[in-house]
Amino acid sequence: MMKKLGFRFRKNPELYIGAAITGIMALIMVAGVLFSPYDPDAMDASSRFADPSFAHILGCDNFGRDLFARLSLGGATTLFIAVCTVLIGVTFGTIIGALTGYYGGAVDEILMRFNDAVLAFPSILLALVFISVFGSGTWKVIISLGIVFVPSFARIVRSEFMRCKNLDYVRSARLMGAKDIRIMFVHILPNTVPVVLSSAVIGFNNAVLAEAGMSFLGIGVQPPASSLGRMLSDAQAFLFSEPSYAIITGASIAIIVLGFSLLGDGLKKNA
Amino acid sequence: MKTVFKKLFTFVITVLLVTLFVFIAFELIPGDAATARLGINATPEALSVLREELGLTRPFFVRYFSWLFSFFFGDMGTSYSYGVSVRSMLASKLPITLTLTLMSFVMVVVLSIPIGVITSKYEDRPASKIIDVIGQLTMSIPPFFLGIIVTYVFGMILHLFVPGGFVSYNVNFGKFLGYLVFPSFAIALPKAAMSTKLLKTSILSERKLDYVRTAYSRGNSTTDVMYKHVLKNAIIPVITFLGMTLADIVAGSLVIEQVFSIPGYGRLLITSISNRDYAVVQAIIAIIAMLVIIINLIVDILYQVLDPRLRGN
Repeated sequence: MMKKLGFRFRKNPELYIGAAITGIMALIMVAGVLFSPYDPDAMDASSRFADPSFAHILGCDNFGRDLFARLSLGGATTLFIAVCTVLIGVTFGTIIGALTGYYGGAVDEILMRFNDAVLAFPSILLALVFISVFGSGTWKVIISLGIVFVPSFARIVRSEFMRCKNLDYVRSARLMGAKDIRIMFVHILPNTVPVVLSSAVIGFNNAVLAEAGMSFLGIGVQPPASSLGRMLSDAQAFLFSEPSYAIITGASIAIIVLGFSLLGDGLKKNA
Repeated sequence: MKTVFKKLFTFVITVLLVTLFVFIAFELIPGDAATARLGINATPEALSVLREELGLTRPFFVRYFSWLFSFFFGDMGTSYSYGVSVRSMLASKLPITLTLTLMSFVMVVVLSIPIGVITSKYEDRPASKIIDVIGQLTMSIPPFFLGIIVTYVFGMILHLFVPGGFVSYNVNFGKFLGYLVFPSFAIALPKAAMSTKLLKTSILSERKLDYVRTAYSRGNSTTDVMYKHVLKNAIIPVITFLGMTLADIVAGSLVIEQVFSIPGYGRLLITSISNRDYAVVQAIIAIIAMLVIIINLIVDILYQVLDPRLRGN
């Protein structure tokens, strides 16, 4: 058993290391949100920039708030936004990709040209367009980023459907009289899962970065809600006197991103 | 020749689609220019007079094309919060963002191509493995955090520059360039890491091909094979990547400008979004989108020049 696992690990180390980092970070955040004795918003002037100690394992910020509790909550917000964003992207991307890939034709041509035009935009810029249309705030960030992610998933799913629609199992299903909808969602869709899954993980990574970036710029999550990007932008003001605040916050983002990018690479290798 | 026309045709279509998209996005914002100017307490009569004057009652496509034409001829409207023409605001900031972008791009190329070639040559040495790991780590650091690290290390520990002490190009050009080196480095580092990784993988897979063995058997030296044969083929995917990177750098500089308090397009865009100054936002987004499309076109044409296999027949 151990030997088998060791062999699998050597064959695809990214997958296991990535899964471990992601799992550990997620566990720490859940534990921090559920079990931390501190209220992440409770201010305490006496412990302003307190050093790490047993009472505050990562120390405190400029308002004397427990950094670990805040990072857990901020990280959870960031992850929540990323999950919702990817869900929106995958759901609509799959529907559009499935229909256009399966039926083809003029609608497919037009949608794909439009898709190309949208993909030509750098994603942060596109998100900024939507933010300026919708305004900022947690849900608006989710919707903006979600829309940004639809075209790339649509393209991936479309090419998978185009590849699968003429394979033997689809033909035989058609011969047996299966309806188009059934063929698309019962026969072809399960076969696209490995590809979609690995791109979803990579998309997740981009969503974390995009959310953190927007909140860092002050146009993402609005106070009193907090996210890792917002905290980092607060921390930058104290970079000279309290560099550890910025470094701990930034490192948390970097570790989450590293975990997901390794996991994505590993899944891609397996797919 | 036919392919060039085809490319130009797609280019025009993309420009139309992208500008249409930007135009529609800003049409969707509740409240039009007339309400923005007169406030919410304006009388309906005054509003309709102003709408007529501003041409807001014309059909959608007429408004779109008139916006597009005036945009191309440099008339981008007036900033709502500063009361000056958007064109003059953008013109004064263009050299800043352009310098930042170009400087970062040059750094990416200068760093990644030699490192990629060398690490692929000494693939098995420990130093090469260490560079790989460093590259992987740099790629995971979000650009704004990298900016903060650069500020801390170069500005506060090594005292090589004064964080926040930006000098404009019309005050002292040397100091202006000197300040921009650090933000450019922060933008360039992760892109350089990606491009190095790509070049290395590309060289390694090219080296296994038959033509390389043939070249060696004809008595060519290792250096000769590398520079005259392998690199020529291996660089093609890297060029695609560099083209995409240039577009990414334009977007990445928006964030880095905020970290280093550089008054370029990025900061103007963010302030204008917060101020709901849509004329400015629309102009900046349209300009950046245009830049990206033009870069893509250039990369596309460059391919044809570099890789004869793509020229069709």
